[in-house]
Amino acid sequence: MRPFQYTKVNDASAAVQAVSANANSQFLAGGTNLIDLMKEDVACPVELVDITRLNLTQISTVAESGNLSIGALAKNSDTANHPVVRQNYPLLTQAILAGASGQIRNMATNGGNLNQRTRCSYFYDTAMPCNKRELGSGCGALEGINRYHAIFGWSEQCVAVYPSDMAIALAALDAIVQVQRADGTQRTIAFADYHRLPENNPEKDNSLNPGELITAIELPTNNFADRSYYLKVRDRSSYAFALVSVAAALEMDGNQIQQARVAMGGVAHKPWRALEAEEFLTGKTATAANFQAAAEAEMRQAKPLEHNQFKVELGKRIIARALMQAMNDGRA
Amino acid sequence: MTETGKPIDRVDGRLKVTGAAKYAAEYNQPQMAYAFPVRSTIANGTIASVDTNAALQSPGVLMVLTHENAPRLKALDPQELSQAGGRLGENLVPLQDGRVHYFGQFIGVVVAETYEQARHAAGLVRVAYAEEKPAIDFETELLKGFRPETAQGQPAQLNTGQAAPLLAAAPVKIERTYTTPTENHHPMELHSTIAIWEGANKLIVHESTQSVMTVRAVVAYFFSLKPENVRVLAPYIGGGFGSKGNPWTNIVLAVMAGQAVNRPVKLVITRHMMQTNVGRRSETKQQVALGAGSDGKLAVMRHHNNSYSNLTQYFERSGSPTEVLYSAPLREITYQVARLNIGASTFVRAPGDAPGSFALESAMDELAYELKIDPVEFRVINHTTTDPLSKLPYSSEHLIECYRTGAEKFGWARRKQQPRQTRDGRYLVGYGTAAATYPASRASASARVRLAADGRVIVQSATLDLGTGTYTIMAQTAADALGVSVERIAVEIGDSDLPPAPVSARSITTASVLPAVLAACEMLRKDLMQLATADAKSKLNGVNPAEIIFSDAKFFARSDRSKSDSYSDILRRNNKTALEACTTAMPASGSGLGAPGASCILAPTDSEENSDAQKYSFHSFGAQFAEVRVDEDLGLIRVKRFTTVHDVGRIMNEKTARSQIIGSVTYALGETLMEETLFDKRFGNPVTRTLADYHVPVNLDVPPIDVHFIGKPDPHISPIGARGLGEIASVGVAAAVANAVFNATGKRIRDLPITPDKLL
Amino acid sequence: MRIRLRRRRFGQLLIVGTVMTTVGNWMKRSIAQTSSPASPISSSQSNGVNVALSVNGTFHSLTLEPRVTLLDALREHIGLTGSKKGCDHGQCGACTVLMDGRRVLSCLTLLATCEGSDVTTIEGLAQGDDLHPMQAAFIKHDGFQCGYCTPGQICSAIAVLNEAHNGEVSYVTTDVRQEPRSVQLSDDEIRERMSGNICRCGAYPNIVAAIREVHTGEAEAQSWQFAGETETAMFDALEMRTE
Repeated sequence: MRPFQYTKVNDASAAVQAVSANANSQFLAGGTNLIDLMKEDVACPVELVDITRLNLTQISTVAESGNLSIGALAKNSDTANHPVVRQNYPLLTQAILAGASGQIRNMATNGGNLNQRTRCSYFYDTAMPCNKRELGSGCGALEGINRYHAIFGWSEQCVAVYPSDMAIALAALDAIVQVQRADGTQRTIAFADYHRLPENNPEKDNSLNPGELITAIELPTNNFADRSYYLKVRDRSSYAFALVSVAAALEMDGNQIQQARVAMGGVAHKPWRALEAEEFLTGKTATAANFQAAAEAEMRQAKPLEHNQFKVELGKRIIARALMQAMNDGRA
Repeated sequence: MTETGKPIDRVDGRLKVTGAAKYAAEYNQPQMAYAFPVRSTIANGTIASVDTNAALQSPGVLMVLTHENAPRLKALDPQELSQAGGRLGENLVPLQDGRVHYFGQFIGVVVAETYEQARHAAGLVRVAYAEEKPAIDFETELLKGFRPETAQGQPAQLNTGQAAPLLAAAPVKIERTYTTPTENHHPMELHSTIAIWEGANKLIVHESTQSVMTVRAVVAYFFSLKPENVRVLAPYIGGGFGSKGNPWTNIVLAVMAGQAVNRPVKLVITRHMMQTNVGRRSETKQQVALGAGSDGKLAVMRHHNNSYSNLTQYFERSGSPTEVLYSAPLREITYQVARLNIGASTFVRAPGDAPGSFALESAMDELAYELKIDPVEFRVINHTTTDPLSKLPYSSEHLIECYRTGAEKFGWARRKQQPRQTRDGRYLVGYGTAAATYPASRASASARVRLAADGRVIVQSATLDLGTGTYTIMAQTAADALGVSVERIAVEIGDSDLPPAPVSARSITTASVLPAVLAACEMLRKDLMQLATADAKSKLNGVNPAEIIFSDAKFFARSDRSKSDSYSDILRRNNKTALEACTTAMPASGSGLGAPGASCILAPTDSEENSDAQKYSFHSFGAQFAEVRVDEDLGLIRVKRFTTVHDVGRIMNEKTARSQIIGSVTYALGETLMEETLFDKRFGNPVTRTLADYHVPVNLDVPPIDVHFIGKPDPHISPIGARGLGEIASVGVAAAVANAVFNATGKRIRDLPITPDKLL
Repeated sequence: MRIRLRRRRFGQLLIVGTVMTTVGNWMKRSIAQTSSPASPISSSQSNGVNVALSVNGTFHSLTLEPRVTLLDALREHIGLTGSKKGCDHGQCGACTVLMDGRRVLSCLTLLATCEGSDVTTIEGLAQGDDLHPMQAAFIKHDGFQCGYCTPGQICSAIAVLNEAHNGEVSYVTTDVRQEPRSVQLSDDEIRERMSGNICRCGAYPNIVAAIREVHTGEAEAQSWQFAGETETAMFDALEMRTE
């Protein structure tokens, strides 16, 4: 870990000013990913701007829209256990609790969770080629060990996957990211536009501009709370990143699916909205056969790598299962 | 009630739950500097040039050592080192030349004022290499590999080529290939050293090691010191599982760094280095062929074993269980070893037997299905009471009782022979079993016992407690042998200045050290008794020693218990502040595994015991039973419960013994379900770099584990009758689970670990 | 042999109450029991950051480089080595401490961010000779072997019971929509909530038993079973001790 300057700030304006002023400056919130990356010499900021004292921890309903606003600096565990989140967005609660450990969730913030970097081993190992870490050095995983890697939307430049669980639920829930710009003004980013595919710029994980700070994440009102489930398959039963995960939510009109939301984790450089599956399900009845057909439809576009072909079959099964569990109060 | 066997709480428990137990890295010294290694980023080649300027300019840096400026140490002559009681994990002395043998090899070390400064500066050392293509691909390199002639002094290849005709003639046979991956030990405590030079010729080393004696010998050897001038301390170590059995290059590096800056130096390696620099279990590829008559009697067993190795003679003896189990008239066991540009392979919990039993015991299950015989009955049919190779009877063997007890406790009778017959909701349910065996080794060990006039007792030996319970069972043994309460006994271990003991590995500590403790206590007791009977002031004056019994720190005449004398009184009357005894207990086999030479008086052994080595074969046995639930859609396995029964001789403490068994099963569940080190074949780097991608079991992975002991003392291993039990319960677990998965799903997994992708 | 020995700084630990003047590149390190002056809002890397915090009820004021983690500060500077370094990357839980009552990983926490925090480590749980009930239960149920993960396990276990008392849910909770209220933890709930603390010795079933006992408040016996007749007595002379 390089030496760096540590700066403590007390409000968001000071924070964005400090980070905009210095290209090698970064915000420090929960630190659960950034400190790790700094120990690995993958992240080498010359300045850390400590934003932990900023007043961005509220979880409250926005009067005009009815949306639930969750503060960027609210801890993951507080968010998961907030009574309104549990009651109205149980999918988010489950997704947060499927990730990391109790200790890490007590530290990690919501904004930081969105900005987690990939856990690709080639990204983490500075002795290895990685375009995300060092553009132009090549993708180590493309022809290396790529069991954990992408099956959707990857490029020759990068086959890494985005590791968050929380964000998969946020993708399914069409969350909105509130951002404070470097000039102090606010802008919003639709969740689908927040994270990006690697294309030719894998070093860029998301659409934040330098110096921009997430201040809150808004959850629109929905009718999914009775019919949602977050399902995660991993190499051990807990405290591991997903091989594949699915956030599934259904809005029913009697036996008919009014609206379906399916998002996948562990399959792409961003939370993968399974739009083919969603489209297939709209207006259909909630049957195992339809869930399976929706899953098949989604996975047709998958392009697996050498070691992750299993993710295609697993993807089909986990989508169908997650939808079924969403219908059955979590039971399979 | 006697102390031995009682499930008393660990005597070191309080220190461990309050954070007061101190591990190697926790002895900070005044003026201490911090060392951080520089690692190679290629797997094969030579260093062309090193640029340490940036590192040296970095704040706080005291020194950067590389092969260009490091002190030249005594050249390694493995035989000479071995004679001095030393061994190395890999035959590689750091910073002596520019050769790179594997990715992550230590090629330099930075010493700085703080840990942060040293770690940062290590990353500033620029190294250019003349790179050569590394040998990483196991399959390819096996073809160029070699067939080892010997293993631990015995012929390594057995009956080569002789099984084929018998297999051809066998009415029922199977031939299958099983593979197990590279596995790393990953004890929770990182390998840590604090090296404190006291002048030019004397040294104290705080080290996380399974053998203070070996570390002493190695350090003394390379730095040309008298062994008695090197003191190695390890009162507590945070697990080992084999990785801390032999010293690795980090120890030499730390001592070298301390010498170079002439200050105490701390070197704690990182979790990444635990993947590359302190050994691993080799990947194995095992071909097993079994032939049987239609009555289920095995006629022939063939076990061909492939593994890899580097910088060591060690190779994974996965044919080991096939040497011991079952009564087949002929067994062919052969080995092929590849040389790879990966750090040395070494022993990992239940070496040989853990991966070997996965192959053998899976094959036994497969053949039982072919024969349509219950897998437990199939094993009973082929049971042997004598060692199939030496033809000697086992010293004490209750394997059939293990099978029967396990089957009963587990509810084996409920198992359906046909797969896919039992469901529980969305889960398929399966039962599986496997046999377990592990060599029962014992080596020479020494112990000293000191009784003070205030009634306190100190028991000492240069052995270790890896979490195994050594402290506690030494105290229990001494309590019974002296007739004093455990509370009055202090145990001191983990110090090379104490009477020598063997490395705490190969489940050897209990069998080796306790007889030394017992002998020392008996000698002390006799000396004390003699003081009493010869003393006119003692009520026991003139009483025949054979008629004297002892309890509560007193001697009594057996016939008249009013005639008694307390230990304290005896010492006081004789103007002694303390009485001491030190003995070396030699095993019947006189095994060379032990600490060299007898530092104390040789414990008396009766001639019968000494001839036992030639009359018996020493092994422990067990039976494993697993119930699994398989979510077939998602490829998820949950081990629902596990029953494990062991015949390991006398149990010294039911609580710590049970914990050892639970721990061994858990360790093996990790190897069964998730553990796997993967190397990129182009670069030779482990892609599984840390505990985030080298998965070990977490709490939710581990089911209730039902432990049972046969509990019959082994009359031949030692006067105590206890064999070791730290590893046997890791044997057979993988097969029991894989066999249960087959029983549940009809799918046979012959490739560990059984991750979700393999079940889809 | 070419060895270049350079001394840019020395890293002596200053004892209680002393303040060391900073000269040029020299680093200031101190442990003081006295109240610190207002901590600098920003400080350059060479000057270090001053942090005042409470550890186990004792006030500490330290000036260290901002890249020092809470874990390294505890172990290398404050002298509390009970919190363990198992991975240094948030992957094992051995460094778990309680910060302002909540469990966190001290290896991923920069000391610089701990200004005004109240930290409890394993050393702060017992009241004199009286062990915390969780510590006592870990001994009784043999919830450890080597002991290295134990401080983290115990800190985590104490927090788990607080979290359950506060009605927090987990990934294995069937109904997360229930009203938050104190929950009774099943064994699987305990296992899931403790899965961030790795025990390589494999004491998990015993850890679960220890936590369950403290959680339910009901003492549990451990059952020790031998398959057959046990033979434990080693010495004839000891017969009388049973009398």
